[in-house]
Amino acid sequence: MADMKDFRFSREHEWVRAEGKKAYIGISDYAQNALGDIVFVELPETGAKLSAGDVLGVVESVKAASDIYSPVSGTVIETNQELADAPEKINEAPYDSWIAVVELDDESELDELMDFDDYEKFCKEEA
Amino acid sequence: MKKTPLYDRHLKLGAKMIEFGGWMMPVQYEGILEEHEGVRNAAGLFDVSHMGEILIRGHEALQFIQKLVTNDISKAAAGQAVYSPMCNPEGGVVDDLLIYRLGEQEFLLVVNAANTEKDYRWITEHKEAGVHIEDVSYQYSLLALQGPKAESILKKLTDEPLEEIRYYRFRPDVEINGIKTLVSRSGYTGEDGFEIYVSPDKVEKLWDDLLEAGKEEGLKPAGLGARDTLRFEAALPLYGHELSEEISPLEAGLGRFVKLNKGEFIGRSALAAQDVQGVKRKLVGFEMTDRGIPRHGYDIYADGDKIGFVTTGSYSPTLRKNIGLGLVKAGYSETGTEIQVAVRNKNLKAVVVKTPFYKRK
Repeated sequence: MADMKDFRFSREHEWVRAEGKKAYIGISDYAQNALGDIVFVELPETGAKLSAGDVLGVVESVKAASDIYSPVSGTVIETNQELADAPEKINEAPYDSWIAVVELDDESELDELMDFDDYEKFCKEEA
Repeated sequence: MKKTPLYDRHLKLGAKMIEFGGWMMPVQYEGILEEHEGVRNAAGLFDVSHMGEILIRGHEALQFIQKLVTNDISKAAAGQAVYSPMCNPEGGVVDDLLIYRLGEQEFLLVVNAANTEKDYRWITEHKEAGVHIEDVSYQYSLLALQGPKAESILKKLTDEPLEEIRYYRFRPDVEINGIKTLVSRSGYTGEDGFEIYVSPDKVEKLWDDLLEAGKEEGLKPAGLGARDTLRFEAALPLYGHELSEEISPLEAGLGRFVKLNKGEFIGRSALAAQDVQGVKRKLVGFEMTDRGIPRHGYDIYADGDKIGFVTTGSYSPTLRKNIGLGLVKAGYSETGTEIQVAVRNKNLKAVVVKTPFYKRK
């Protein structure tokens, strides 16, 4: 299990884990649970330039398609091809199942996101 | 928002509740995929008490219903159920329903939850002398026990010879563990199974008894999510998707439930004209060949033109493929026809295939 100290969260239930300028992005446990069985993931193109709030990809459950937004600005440098064949990994291990790696334009954007404790409180209020 | 008597039980079982047709209903308990597979391989128990029931009786009841619906119910004996669309004068579908013939001149119409009020209004607007119409939805709760193990599970709780109840037949007074029910061999999953009508004050006990009796066989509660994927694989139409006021039963491939020669009925002349001229649109099944999931409302293209739209699309848990039903121009309905589905502004390739996608062995 990942160390939750390293994660930052958006209000749209994405997580970011930064290693220097590299930001791994995925969806939270709350999000995967709300979506239900995930059966399809549409990954972004590598090289795509994103502003915070842009659509990063799409995750589809049995019932519906949901856009995933990038919580940070930057360039997509890697996508998780494993999810194309095994989208259920997001249900099984949401914090290990990154969707894409974005090279950050501005690391200070991370400060605007919630830490795990604040995010947990945020989820409780949403429920 | 209405709640069925099982609402608290659903919450206790950890169900996710959604609004559906004016009711709060369980969409899933453990997960749609698991519940879907459970019904295909063992059995599932569904609370479908949101369905509406309308009782029509009186010495002109049979003739009256014959004018309301497209199928011929005169040939059904008491104890038989008949599926039928009910059309408007233009041949569009007001609703699709199950008609139980309780007696010579007594019929129970089971209608879609979201359409119950509309149907009741429609039927009473066309009321004739010698018929009595009553919305009796409040008198019935409804459980669907579906799957290959359904009969062996239900057998544990009743002395009724269930094997004698054939498909689309019912018995109006079956005792299940001491509870009086109407048991019908029917369903909406593509599997064998029963639909069990019971008084709302008895449904909690019946639900508990059935789940207990089916433990060994792997019976689990199943939600509306699995009900939808199950009916979709069996290519059973869902009102609001494959059927609507703007889609005729002939376009939806339900011609076998439209009896143009049975005498006058609402929509007959429009449907007869469609039958003679051939329908302009047809419901087809398709399978995605590119990666992507078709969804309700997505446009369908061929040869650079828009030719129709997706009525239902999903990942198929049984086939492990992305499949859809769509209403397309009649020239594109042949099996093997290549089409494209517009998924998020990208045209993805698909091919027309035979329906149903799934048929039980």
